[in-house]
Amino acid sequence: MPIIKVENLSKVFGKNTKAALQSAEAGKTKEEILKETGSTVGVNRASFEVEAGEIFVIMGLSGSGKSTLVRLINRLIEPTTGNIYIDGENLAKMDKKELRRVRREKLSMVFQRFGLFPNRTILQNTEYGLEVQGISKQERTKKAKESLELVGLGSYLDQYPDQLSGGMQQRVGLARALANDPEVMLMDEAFSALDPLIRKDMQDELLDLQETMKKTILFITHDLDEALRIGDRIALMKDGHIVQIGTPEEILMNPANKFVEKFVEDVDRAKVLTAHQIMKRPETVNIDKHGPRVALERMREAGLSSIFVVDSKRMLQGIITADAANEARKNEVKNLSEIIQRDVPTVEKDTPLHDLFAVIHDSPVPLSVTENGKLLGIIVRGAVIGALAGEGEVNEHA
Amino acid sequence: MLNFMENIKTIPVGEWMTNFVDWLTNTFAFLFDPIKEGLGSFMSVITNGLVAIPPIIFILLVAILAFFMTGKKLGLAIFSIIGLLFIWNQDLWNQLIETFTLVLTASILCIIIGIPIGILMAKSKIAETIITPILDFMQTMPAFVYLIPAVAFFSIGVVPGIFASLIFATPPTVRFTNLGIRQVSDELVEAADAFGSTGPQKLFKVELPMAKYTIMAGVNQTVMLALSMVVIASMIGAPGLGREVLSALQRAQVGPGFVAGLCIFVLAIIIDRFTQNIYRNKSK
Repeated sequence: MPIIKVENLSKVFGKNTKAALQSAEAGKTKEEILKETGSTVGVNRASFEVEAGEIFVIMGLSGSGKSTLVRLINRLIEPTTGNIYIDGENLAKMDKKELRRVRREKLSMVFQRFGLFPNRTILQNTEYGLEVQGISKQERTKKAKESLELVGLGSYLDQYPDQLSGGMQQRVGLARALANDPEVMLMDEAFSALDPLIRKDMQDELLDLQETMKKTILFITHDLDEALRIGDRIALMKDGHIVQIGTPEEILMNPANKFVEKFVEDVDRAKVLTAHQIMKRPETVNIDKHGPRVALERMREAGLSSIFVVDSKRMLQGIITADAANEARKNEVKNLSEIIQRDVPTVEKDTPLHDLFAVIHDSPVPLSVTENGKLLGIIVRGAVIGALAGEGEVNEHA
Repeated sequence: MLNFMENIKTIPVGEWMTNFVDWLTNTFAFLFDPIKEGLGSFMSVITNGLVAIPPIIFILLVAILAFFMTGKKLGLAIFSIIGLLFIWNQDLWNQLIETFTLVLTASILCIIIGIPIGILMAKSKIAETIITPILDFMQTMPAFVYLIPAVAFFSIGVVPGIFASLIFATPPTVRFTNLGIRQVSDELVEAADAFGSTGPQKLFKVELPMAKYTIMAGVNQTVMLALSMVVIASMIGAPGLGREVLSALQRAQVGPGFVAGLCIFVLAIIIDRFTQNIYRNKSK
C-alpha cells in the first residue's frame, strides 16, 4: 500500500472556487481561468502515490504550484477539493484535533529558509515537535540529541540558530524533522537557499541518512539536477498540473511533452546517466571452455576486433584481440589464457558518464562494465557520444 | 438653495451622548464605585510605600538599576542622580511619587488590557476591522473630552485621571501587539503548525516571543503617553507634578510652572530610557 496517496487534489485561491474548478475540469489554462473567474488555480487535480521508503521529488519552476502542493499535503493550506491519504487516513476529512495528531506523529517538514525559532537554542529547536506533544523534558532531550548526532551537530546544542552557517542551520531543520520519528518528511526546497557546494553535500548526506532511516520523503525543488540526483521518482509540475511522473531516466529519455522536453534539454546528461544505462550486452568467450578458434568465429560474426573473456561465473578475465587470436590459431595454441590481455579498462556500473570520457579516450578497446568483478556489459565510444546527444536507447532495467 | 440647512433641524448628537453617559453612570454605578474604591486604595498603598522610602536611598536604587540596565554605562545613572536630587531639592518629591504611581498604574492597566486586544486583532480579521477605527478615535479625540465622562463615572480624583490615561495611552500597545504578531515570519508560523502545535502553544512558544520587541516598543509608547496625560488628568483632581503645573498656569507663575515642567521632563527621560532598555538589552 502506498504511504502517501493524493487523489484529484485541487486548490483555488480566490472567491469563485466553483466556477474556477469547472473551468479547470473543462481543460482551460490558468490564465483563462484567472480572466474568467478572477481566481487562481494553484494546484489542478493532482494525483500521485508515494511508496514507503521512496524519495519522491516534485519539481517545477516558480509559480508551478509545487510549494502549494506540499502544503496541501499537511494542510498548511486547506485543499479546495480532493483527498490526501497518509497511511490510509484521509487528512482532507479530518477535524483539527485529528489533523494535529497526524502532524505530530506521522508528518514533519523541512523549510526552505530553515524555519528555525531564533529565540530557541539548537537543542530547543530540535525538541519543538516533541515538546508540543507534551513529552517529558528528559525523553525529548534524549531524542533530540540523538537526532542532532545523526546530522553531525551533537556539539552545538546550546548555540542559537544565528550562530550557525546556512548548511548547519538546515541540518538542525533536518534533525528537528527527524526527532519526531515521522513516517513522511516533507522537504520544501530544503536545500535551495544553500550555496551549490553545501547543497551537494546536503544532498549526499540526505541520501546517506535515507540508507539507514528509510523514511518516505516528498522533496520539492526547482532544480532539475537536484531532482535527478536524489529522486527515486520525479513529478514535474507546470501551472498547477502534474505533467509527468517517472524515474529520472524516464523523464530524461522519454519526455511526456514539449514542456518536459524543453526542461530536460539543458540537463548535463553526463552527470545523470551512468555506465549501466548506456552499456551494451557484451560478446564473450569462456576461458574455461573456448579456444582461439571460437573467439575468432565470434568476433567475425559480430564484426568485432576484440572480444571479452569471462569464466563460468561470468567474472571478467580480460580481452583477446583478433590479431592475437589469429596468431594463436596459426601456432596451434589451445588455451586462451596464453594470449589473453589481463589489463582491461574497467568501470563500475554506477560510474557517471562524466567520468567515462578520460578512460574511453585512452582506450583502444571498449570499456567493460562490472559489478563486483562480474562482467555486465561493454561501452563503445559511439554509445557515450550518442547518450550525450540525447539519442539512442537507454537500458530500461536501469 | 444655499440656506437649505436652515430648514433641517440640528441633529441632537450631543444630547444623545449626554443621555447615554447618564444612563451608563446610573446603570453601572455598582461597577464604577468598587473600581474607584479599589483602584484608589491600591494607588495610595503604592504611593505611601514609595514615599516611605528615604529619597536618597530611592535615588541610589534608581541609579544602580540604571547602571545595570544600560549595560554598565554611566550616562543614565548620572542623569538619574542629578535629576532626582534636583526634584528633591525643589521640594517636589511627594508629587513625583504621586505622578510616578499614576503613570505606573495606568501603564500596567494599559498593558493588561492592550495586549490581549492586540492578540485578538492579530488572530481575527473581523476584530481588526472593528477595533482599528476605535483606536483611531481614542487617539485623535482631544484628551480633554474624556475627562467629562471620566468625572461622571468616577467623580474627581486620581481614578478618573487613570481612566482618561487608559483611553489615551492603550492604543499603541494594542497596535504594536497586533503588528508584532502579524510580522512573525510565515515560515515560523508554518513550522509551528506543521509540528502540530495547538493555538495557545503557537501563541506562547512562537508568536509572542517573536513579537516581544515590537510589543515592548508599543509599551514604551504607552508609558510615555500615560505620562503626557499627567497635566491633563490634574484638571480633574489627579495629584502630582501635573497639579503643580496646573496651579502655576492658573496663577500665571512662570517660575514654579517651569520647575514643575522640568521635573516632569526628568521623570519622562528616566522612564523612557528604562522601558527602552528592557527590550534592547535582551535583544542582544
